[in-house]
Amino acid sequence: MKKASFRLGDIAFARSGDKGSSANIAVFARDESDYSLLCDRLTSKVVKNYFQPLGAGEVMRYEVPNLAALNFVLSGVLAEGGSRSLRIDAQGKTLGQAILELTI
Amino acid sequence: MARSPLLVGNASAFWGDDPNAAARLVSQQPDLDFLTLDYLAEVSLSIMAIQRAKDPNAGYARDFVDVVRSLIPAWRDGSDLKIVANAGGLNPQACGRACVQALGEAGLGRLKVAVVSGDDVLPAIRNQTQRSFDNLETGEGIQRIFDRLTTANAYLGAGGIAAALRAGANLIVTGRVADPSLTVGACLAHFGWAPDDYDKIAGATIAGHLIECGTQACGGFSTDWLELPHPEDIGFPIVEVADDGSCIVTKPGGTGGSVNLRTVKEQLLYEIGDPGNYISPDATASLLGIELKEVAQDRVSIRGASGHAPTSHYKVSATYRDGYKAHAMITIFGRNAAEKARRCGESVLQRLAESGLKFERSLVEVLGTGASVPGLELPGKPNELLEAVLRVSVADPRREAVERFSKQIAPLVTAGPQGVTGYSAGRPKVQAVFGYWPCLIDKILVNERMEILEHDLIPVS
Repeated sequence: MKKASFRLGDIAFARSGDKGSSANIAVFARDESDYSLLCDRLTSKVVKNYFQPLGAGEVMRYEVPNLAALNFVLSGVLAEGGSRSLRIDAQGKTLGQAILELTI
Repeated sequence: MARSPLLVGNASAFWGDDPNAAARLVSQQPDLDFLTLDYLAEVSLSIMAIQRAKDPNAGYARDFVDVVRSLIPAWRDGSDLKIVANAGGLNPQACGRACVQALGEAGLGRLKVAVVSGDDVLPAIRNQTQRSFDNLETGEGIQRIFDRLTTANAYLGAGGIAAALRAGANLIVTGRVADPSLTVGACLAHFGWAPDDYDKIAGATIAGHLIECGTQACGGFSTDWLELPHPEDIGFPIVEVADDGSCIVTKPGGTGGSVNLRTVKEQLLYEIGDPGNYISPDATASLLGIELKEVAQDRVSIRGASGHAPTSHYKVSATYRDGYKAHAMITIFGRNAAEKARRCGESVLQRLAESGLKFERSLVEVLGTGASVPGLELPGKPNELLEAVLRVSVADPRREAVERFSKQIAPLVTAGPQGVTGYSAGRPKVQAVFGYWPCLIDKILVNERMEILEHDLIPVS
């Protein structure tokens, strides 16, 4: 049965942080039974499209089944990185909250 | 027989964290074996470089010496607590000497202070011949910024810390060391693991990674933060590391926050790239086989880490001078607040442009409208906001240009729309910008050193 679209934050929690001019966003299924749904819907392409306006280049997705998690590394999404960027969020602190607003 | 678990705590996630956390944690958990404190973010050392240029005895986190003083009562009461901190920054010797002096003044001259150094690889990079030090992220060669380099420090491993503990050190001051290595060093010395016990070292690396950001392991910065009990008093984390490299993450009883599967999972993947290859100077660890279990309230066990030999290189965090910047903020209340804020910001830049001043980079943000993630489609309607905060930023190689900008915000108080408020902090500060240049250095080129400081040789200032 194909589940209708939903807000990611309804089934997941997340954490983001910076890695130079890149950032990582880890997304965790609240209920382990939702992990396969997460894997199906939250592809690297979906994540890349969502964060395109921020300048996300390549998006790598790593599966971490033992934590019911997907870890995304978004290259270039912090523009010029924590020290140079003029943005209010130069360190990707907000990206975890942002991805939870995604409808998939 | 396996040795009893080693209790390793963290009381500082960054330079500027709660200065009372260390004394509080030690009073809450008197049997704590080892306390780690982290002071160095990517560009912290460039700030220390400015300080050292003004004063050759500066260039480290002076706040750490106050932390040491705050622990004097515990040591006087006979505590066997050992501390390791990367507070030494660019001048670990001066930091170590200041600690020796503070302990000596308190009559605690019996405590040994060790200094681990050798992380400063700026001379090695300056003397480079064919080695390139390309930017790890962009692949760009270092030539463009070579003349502007201010700091270059390798993330050392646990070896120097373990050596200091074996030499009887009670307090260890380091420069740049990989954050998890503070914990790994304590474990190596305590359990006597071989340097190639990679699975155990991987376990300790993960334990160290979990606590390196302080309260973030205990619900700080978590998705479900609003549900935390007593967020005003979140406990700092403790890992109880066992001889087999497994650990239990916990926090002192009676503190706020929470250590549960969700908070621990979030912190496990914080700032992680490939979870199957977590590269640290002591081992390359995999998180893919670990098992988490809530064994009691605020106690989560982690076992099953695996590791293999570390790489032949250290990661280097280099910084370079990159001009100046300033950020200005002002609040606008009323109908069409977001539109008014944007117009105000653009008018500041326009006025300067018309007077002939164009900046290398500038940015207008309207906080409240989703400016943290510009361009993303988010729920809510920005044009219905009754209040917004304007933030205008400029960056330029010319300090005087940025200074001219900083004088053009206050005029908005009378020339801007009705409802402009919150401009009380004065003109925005012009700040030096330091670019971040991550690269690698062959471990062979790095000379890690450990010395125990002598109390007798300390000049009384």
